[in-house]
Amino acid sequence: MSVVRVPPVLREEAGGAREVEASGATVRELLEDLTLRIPALGSRVYGDGELHSFVNVYVDGEDVRTRDGLETPVREGSTVILLPAMAGGC
Amino acid sequence: MATYRELLQQTKSEIDEIDAAGARELEGAVWIDVREADEWQEGHLPGAVHIPRGFLESRVEGVAPDKSTPVLLYCASAARSAFAAKTLQELGYRTVYSLAGGFTDWKRNGLEITMPRTLSPEKRTRYSRHLLIPEIGEEGQLKLLDARILLIGAGGLGSPASLYLAAAGIGTLGIIDADIVDETNLQRQIAHSLDTLGTPKVDSAKRAIQALNPDVDVVTYRERLTSENIDRILDDSWDLIVDGADNFPTRYLVNDASVWRDIPVVHGSIYRFEGQVTVFKPHDGPCYRCLFPEPPPPELAPSCAEGGVLGVLPGIVGSLQTNEAIKLAAGIGDPLIGRLLLFDALATEFNEVKIERRADCPVCGENPTITEYIDYVEFCGAGRGNS
Repeated sequence: MSVVRVPPVLREEAGGAREVEASGATVRELLEDLTLRIPALGSRVYGDGELHSFVNVYVDGEDVRTRDGLETPVREGSTVILLPAMAGGC
Repeated sequence: MATYRELLQQTKSEIDEIDAAGARELEGAVWIDVREADEWQEGHLPGAVHIPRGFLESRVEGVAPDKSTPVLLYCASAARSAFAAKTLQELGYRTVYSLAGGFTDWKRNGLEITMPRTLSPEKRTRYSRHLLIPEIGEEGQLKLLDARILLIGAGGLGSPASLYLAAAGIGTLGIIDADIVDETNLQRQIAHSLDTLGTPKVDSAKRAIQALNPDVDVVTYRERLTSENIDRILDDSWDLIVDGADNFPTRYLVNDASVWRDIPVVHGSIYRFEGQVTVFKPHDGPCYRCLFPEPPPPELAPSCAEGGVLGVLPGIVGSLQTNEAIKLAAGIGDPLIGRLLLFDALATEFNEVKIERRADCPVCGENPTITEYIDYVEFCGAGRGNS
């Protein structure tokens, strides 16, 4: 099981949770599991077998796009951060 | 018990002296002036660093961390530098010389000297807490006073950034903002006040800066940054941009222009309890488009005006940006290049993730496809972000 950090703009989809759990040996498996558990959240970041382009996913601090993309391995206890851009400076 | 003369003679027999010609042939040597501050002010050897004899042991590793580095020491007439050379030998420095005849002979022989720029007594007092830090000192403070930093936005992030940059003695601050101060700003935008309600934010911020530090020149741009005016504004030769914009089109516009003009950007953004900070240094590290190739859809990009923000959050994030800006301006420390710092105010937790340059980045990648300004509002989707 891994901890998935939910960005503030997606907390509503996660029922207000700041962190949720999901399991999988790769980012793809983890996002599919997340989509099953919390469809509203999962579908915001993942759909049609692809990661949505405006969301970055970090596994233990590294951007999965700079590693093996959706096939990037996720270890038991890894922290996964979902991160869309924020514009606010207000 | 030895007399001073005997001790000096003994010390000189235990160290190596070198003449001016020999000194100039030393490759990769660090030259250290061990005289007092008032002597240094009257001129020094070109390229030398100043460490008064009394601070030599505690500061030498800051300028010569590797003990195999050759070190040339000098004082006025090679007495203090002889004792200093002996000390460095005891500290394990392997190649240490004392300049024969010292600064006095160097100058008498007509060799080149440098006159240091100095701070006025008033500035020495104002910036004394910076001057005491070895990493900043007078040299660093002079760099800050020479620096020109442009702030995008005089709102949540721009308020603390402008005040702390002004307090630090950044010589010239540019501020771009088209807005007027209103009551809802005062929960967090500390550069503004009841007295300036209804006035342009750039004027309000300028007033606060000048009340704090009249050394700072403030250049105001009461306009919204666009493709049409950005070149005019950036032509005012800014060293560094502190980006506290409140919308995606401006973020991407600032990114593209900064990459093309090679200006580092200290990026900060905030929402509710969370903030992000990083430094985009063109060609040395990733740019904003490497981090976020595309903005999120409008429903995932609410502004603070729509979603709210904890008042102190921009104070924290804007201060972190200022820390990066001061480090870059003074040339010290490890800036947040290639690292995105995430702050969560509810958990009081910092996280850091790596950002890499993308070879396929359309602006800073190997084969750029965006080489001139685009329609940023359209790129970000009408209504994306807060306009």
